[in-house]
Amino acid sequence: MPNSEFIQQLWEMGPSLVEHTPHGKKLGIKFVAVDKGRATMSLPYNPELIGDPETRVMHGGAVTTLLDQTCGFAAIAGFEEPSACATLNLSIDYMRAAKPGETIIAQAHCYKATKHVAFLRAVAHDGDETDPVATAQATFMATGARKKGVKSW
Amino acid sequence: MVGHDKIAKALLRIPYAQSLGVKPLFIGEEFTLIMPYVDSNIGNPTLPALHGGAISGLMEMAAIVQLMIEQEEGQGLPKPIGINVDYLRKGNPKDTYARAVIFKQGSRVANVRVQAWQDDYDKPIAAMHGHYLMAKKD
Repeated sequence: MPNSEFIQQLWEMGPSLVEHTPHGKKLGIKFVAVDKGRATMSLPYNPELIGDPETRVMHGGAVTTLLDQTCGFAAIAGFEEPSACATLNLSIDYMRAAKPGETIIAQAHCYKATKHVAFLRAVAHDGDETDPVATAQATFMATGARKKGVKSW
Repeated sequence: MVGHDKIAKALLRIPYAQSLGVKPLFIGEEFTLIMPYVDSNIGNPTLPALHGGAISGLMEMAAIVQLMIEQEEGQGLPKPIGINVDYLRKGNPKDTYARAVIFKQGSRVANVRVQAWQDDYDKPIAAMHGHYLMAKKD
């Protein structure tokens, strides 16, 4: 697990790292919180992300992107050494359609990180985490430990 | 089977497809979904690399469109049950393509496999398989 000082840095940089990622910005993903091996982000309802014009439900791809982004941040907060990371595998179960108009919240937990690989579980819900929209299992690869810290990404 | 022109029109009505900027390409009966490069699909500006979510979104869209092509006209959109995505190579900031194959079509559930590539079909940047729940026929 990383040290507290690094988590503090992630707290400070989280909003800009997430909201300035071009695709995250396009979708409207917001940083919510970070802790050791944990991250939370949200995706407010966005009519530009509708996948089915009949039901006005957001497309699964938007939920996938939110889960990918949240898992990636939890992986960064889970590796022992500061490192950028890349998704190796992302597996998602869609339990139900997200309610049109509701913000989707994703919570990711890095339950194991080796030197190079992080293993994560995540849940996406729209207010009640016991009634998930989707759950995810993911593996991420550390793509380079940068000793200078997060600013050199 | 649903006609190619109807598929193209249906895609124009799906806001998420327009947000990604995807376009359909038909060569004979073979369907390919193209995601022309746009800055807003970047996930890592330093590398730079496409967002894994944009690549997955392209593949999820390709799977749904392939099912739309092969289902009956007027049937509702298939709903995803689960997907599994392997990221194989970095998504470079360039045009990306996806092609889906329906591995098994049941009456209610379809199993679909999708491959995404950039320069070379034989060097995929990502692969996906997923299960979809088919809308009931009227």
